[in-house]
Amino acid sequence: MKLRQPVVFWIGLCVIVAVLAVAPLILPVFWRRLLTEILIWGLLAMSSDLLIGYTGMVSFGHSAFFGLGMYGAAAALLNSNPPNLWFALAAGLIAAAAVAAFVAYFSTRLRDIYFAITTLIFSQIFYVIIFTWTSLTGGENGLTFERPALAIPGLFSQQFTATTLHWFVLAVVSGSYLILRRITQSPFGMVLQSIRENERRTRAVGYPVERYKIVSVMLSGLFAGLAGVLYALQNQFAAPDFVFFVVSGETVIYNVIGGVGTLVGPIAGAGFFLLLREGFSRLFTLKYLAPVGLGGLAGMSYLVPVGLIFIAMVIFLPQGLLGFARRWLNR
Amino acid sequence: MTTEPLLAVEDIHSYYGKSHILHGISLEVGRGEVVGLLGRNGVGKSTTLKAIAGLVHPNAGRVVFDGQPTIGLPAHRMARLGIGYVPEDRRIFPLLTVTENLRTGLDRRGVGKAKKEALLDKVYQYFPVLAERRRQPGGTLSGGEQQMLAIARAMMLEPKIMLLDEPTEGLMPRMVSQIREIIEALHRDHVAVLLVEQNVPLTLGACERIYIIEKGVVRHHAPAAELRVGDAIIHQYLGV
Amino acid sequence: MGVPFAHFVIQTLNGIVSGMILALVASGLTLIFGIMDVVNFAHGEFLMLGAYVGVITFAATGSFWLALIAASLVIAAFGAVVYLTTLRPLLGRDPLTTILATFGISLVLQNYALWQFGPVARKIEEPFTGQFTLFYLDYPWYRLIIAGLAAAIIGGLWLFLKFGTYGIWIRATTQDRVMAQAMGIPVPWVLTGVFAIGSAMAAASGVLFAPLVGVDHAMGVDWILRAFIVVVVGGMGNLGGSILAAIFISLLDAYASLWVSPSQSIIVSFVVLILTLLFRPTGLFAPTPK
Repeated sequence: MKLRQPVVFWIGLCVIVAVLAVAPLILPVFWRRLLTEILIWGLLAMSSDLLIGYTGMVSFGHSAFFGLGMYGAAAALLNSNPPNLWFALAAGLIAAAAVAAFVAYFSTRLRDIYFAITTLIFSQIFYVIIFTWTSLTGGENGLTFERPALAIPGLFSQQFTATTLHWFVLAVVSGSYLILRRITQSPFGMVLQSIRENERRTRAVGYPVERYKIVSVMLSGLFAGLAGVLYALQNQFAAPDFVFFVVSGETVIYNVIGGVGTLVGPIAGAGFFLLLREGFSRLFTLKYLAPVGLGGLAGMSYLVPVGLIFIAMVIFLPQGLLGFARRWLNR
Repeated sequence: MTTEPLLAVEDIHSYYGKSHILHGISLEVGRGEVVGLLGRNGVGKSTTLKAIAGLVHPNAGRVVFDGQPTIGLPAHRMARLGIGYVPEDRRIFPLLTVTENLRTGLDRRGVGKAKKEALLDKVYQYFPVLAERRRQPGGTLSGGEQQMLAIARAMMLEPKIMLLDEPTEGLMPRMVSQIREIIEALHRDHVAVLLVEQNVPLTLGACERIYIIEKGVVRHHAPAAELRVGDAIIHQYLGV
Repeated sequence: MGVPFAHFVIQTLNGIVSGMILALVASGLTLIFGIMDVVNFAHGEFLMLGAYVGVITFAATGSFWLALIAASLVIAAFGAVVYLTTLRPLLGRDPLTTILATFGISLVLQNYALWQFGPVARKIEEPFTGQFTLFYLDYPWYRLIIAGLAAAIIGGLWLFLKFGTYGIWIRATTQDRVMAQAMGIPVPWVLTGVFAIGSAMAAASGVLFAPLVGVDHAMGVDWILRAFIVVVVGGMGNLGGSILAAIFISLLDAYASLWVSPSQSIIVSFVVLILTLLFRPTGLFAPTPK
């Protein structure tokens, strides 16, 4: 069984990727876009899982990394002619990494609650800066820009269609998953997990815990920034709303719902959350509620029932939807 | 015993995570009796006291206090039933003054102002040093004074039994004899005492019966009169 | 710099007024954290709901006092219910779990309020009339009265904690929960009670803020951020420190807004936070750790 496990894993992964690749060809436009969005938010949540699930640090700062990735890409796309995909990727990743380094420096020396609050405040610092520095960031209105072509200079250039963009996102997200998985299973990842289990002991054994934490935050920030770049590519705009700490909070929700410490769990969590959002938005209209006598509930945001579900899960199902598979996935 | 014992502990088991600390402890304390619990470090003496006080919930067994089964009752109810617990590291409230520390036990329903005054007076007679320091925060007291305060505080509950966990640990010899006097005074007041100690002479001198514990079980049980310092049994289980 | 001295004085008054109310918010947060190690993310939403109850009561009765009392009582009860259903089951667990749970509560309450009360902000206009002249500018009395009320409530809390049986129960439980139980203090009730008191303080702050700022579903978010900064700068669990920190930060904020827009003036608080974390992480106003 032990020897077969990697085989089972790879087969499973290929099946899932294949399904996700075929999906845009058969789904109607709206659901196709939603699927791509689920993948992007899933990547963001996965990056956060590195911190929460593997290092044991709850961060509310991911919106900053995500947003800076988005704005970095936006800046690159607005400043290159024709808009260059790789430049956007590089700019977004560098911006996110810089922010992650900054936040990591201040926050990692703090434990638990202080860390969470400080990362939250840093998100807000960046939010305020972006919101008010209108000349650079477009302020409240954000930035809009052209989607770049998938191009390798000198070889070919092809504009993205909705489907090819989806495949691009799928490729990036799957690749990121594999990289993150490799990281968590490496000796580095093992140290992170031992920090999560018992930080004091890990420090006592001689590991420079702060340094590991900083690297963990930076890696996490890098992939979060990558998600931001993808989002910019998908939607062709960047807005300060994405830097607001609530986005970080929602990311953490995906983690918890999906199952921390599983890497794929958060993607499932993102999917679950976004599908619930769609579902409730459609259901909570007079059309469906009035006949059941619940007309008074019309217009209520999806966040109320979803939030209640989240709270219930935190209390009763803390391991999340896929949490039971954590052991298995971490082999 | 011809009458019901005040405290009956029957075969209690307790775990701390995966460690099996108490492997079936049974003991009894009669009304007004002074009983000693001897044993090395880590054998489960403190855990036994905590189980009786309701601060730790045994996984198996029974504890009956004053006719009432108590396992599962919240700790604050146990205190109200008449169990006064004095923990191993004293644990007085460091930022409360001496008087306020005493008041945590004094301020109970059904205790009128006159009664409270009387109790305070009595305890200040036992422990004049506390009277001097009554407005000082508990954390500024010396180790010995904190021990006095911890005992005095528990006495404010007017308990039927006092659970003392290593009260002489880290104290000067002069204070050790003070502790001995306090135990005798409690006995005169018909308050039962369950004394956990590593100080063998004190325990043999102050107590009527002794239980010796090793690895979470009672290994020996005898009246104090039958045991002497230096006995083989004492040496076997305590190494002294 | 060209700022008339009179403006400076006005801003000082404004800073003190906001600071006192912020101190009230932060005290509630610190009280709860000190006794049960829970950082209540939803504290801002208790403030917001309290503000709404206050606005509605004021509209119905015209009495600011009734608004204050009603909001405090209603939200105290509501807080107790939230605690008993959602937080108590989580008490033994990982502290991060309570952060998540209270964050969830905060989301639910914000969106509930948005749905129930709509997006348009409400206000309590000038609950007490009259102004006095400071230099050549008029300053309204009600602002000072509000500051006085906040100070009175905080003072009342201090007295309650210092004297009185329940105050001793709360302080003992904060210092050593296990021994408090061993002394017969009904700790589960004390925890519920403190959560209710903290929530009531947040609600009262909401009502006190209502004449100064707009009441809408998102107002809690602004104030919770400031409250967090205050609590960290003042020293986690340190009541006196958070009061000083609240006034300090509000004054800085008020002065900053002489030069920059309000949404930017919060950067000053952020900078103070960063400096505190760098140089005195236990808190600027906390006693130096031994």
